Amino acid sequence: MSLIDILDIALALVVLAVAGWTIAARDSFAAAVGYVAYGLMLSLVWLRLSAPDVALTEAAIGSGVTGVLLMTAAVRLRRTSQSGADASLRTATRIAAALLCLVVTGALAAVILAPVDIVASLAPAAAGHLASTGLGNPVTAVLMAYRAFDTMLEKGVLIMAVIAVWSLADDRAWGGRAGPLSRGPADGALGLLTRLLPPIGIVVGIHIAWAGADQPGGAFQGGALLAAMALLVVMTGLVKAPAVASRWLRIVIVAGPATFILAGSLGFAIAAGFLAWPAGWAKPLILVVEAFMVLSIAATLPLLVIGPPQRPPAGRDTP
Amino acid sequence: MSLLADIVTVVAVCAGALFFLAGTVGLLRLPDSLSRLHALTKADNLGLGLIVLGLLPQAGSVLAALKLVAVWGLVQLSGVTVAQVVAAALRRRDGPRP
Repeated sequence: MSLIDILDIALALVVLAVAGWTIAARDSFAAAVGYVAYGLMLSLVWLRLSAPDVALTEAAIGSGVTGVLLMTAAVRLRRTSQSGADASLRTATRIAAALLCLVVTGALAAVILAPVDIVASLAPAAAGHLASTGLGNPVTAVLMAYRAFDTMLEKGVLIMAVIAVWSLADDRAWGGRAGPLSRGPADGALGLLTRLLPPIGIVVGIHIAWAGADQPGGAFQGGALLAAMALLVVMTGLVKAPAVASRWLRIVIVAGPATFILAGSLGFAIAAGFLAWPAGWAKPLILVVEAFMVLSIAATLPLLVIGPPQRPPAGRDTP
Repeated sequence: MSLLADIVTVVAVCAGALFFLAGTVGLLRLPDSLSRLHALTKADNLGLGLIVLGLLPQAGSVLAALKLVAVWGLVQLSGVTVAQVVAAALRRRDGPRP
């Protein structure tokens, strides 16, 4: 056993230990923090498996954005119930949840550990047609060319999620802004970070999205970084959450999927059909669609964290 | 030349790992939250700084080296902010220290 094997086994054990700690944590906020650590460890595992694209997504979405979502939820739950959500769960519910998790884990383990004779891999086919897409990153080619339909539907799911969050709003607050997430504009070190980091984060986010065509990266990872910057300025109170009635906000949310559908429909006229990229035009079309998708992802993810509108719209002058 | 670069890398990365080890021991052993925070920021600050310094000769290109330095700078920025925010939260909870 080489040194690198020992490190890999240690990494796997750390992931399992952090996962166990997260499940065992009594406080829901502590569990959310554990989940973030778990996600970061898991992204190291993906790196060791030579999947940097998945590692970036795990770190940005799985650990980062989902972590903020869970922490915000934990803080809100703490505010509404003194005893915490755990106490209201009956024992039967807990046992049922544990059984369900065991069945899922067992089924996954059975599938992965089952002996296979032939590994059916589509990797040679994916790499073989890479040149026709004009892209250098096979993962982006799968997401945007071979399986473009799935990716388009994923963006639709994000919009559904925003609609679901907004529909929790009180009638009087409809069209207004989400409540403040902090006491007021942050000062001191946090205030400085809120002013220093967004310009850097926006450049890095756009870089990751742009580099995704040929290197690890892509619309989701870059969009998640932009979303993090938006969340930073909204959560520290530097910028108010946008009003849900705002027209520009809604345009930004649908811009990605709408461009996707429009560009895909072009395929009817000049290629084999819906979402079939015409020869020679694949890369420019994919880049245009990705650019708008980055915008939509950057707007959608923060809206899920910020939550439903809570303050009534201020007269008719809502921006 | 290459040997010299490798020696710099091994020495600096080992020193950085030592700071991380010391920071972790401090995090586990020190008595109160502010002291533990102190130990943690030392690991971030010097440990990562030394590891980045050690990796610079291996970077291959100036752009890659600048990216490493940028990573260190960003971790500095977030580390110092998180330390301040956690310390402020402790102060609000426990009141000013005697």
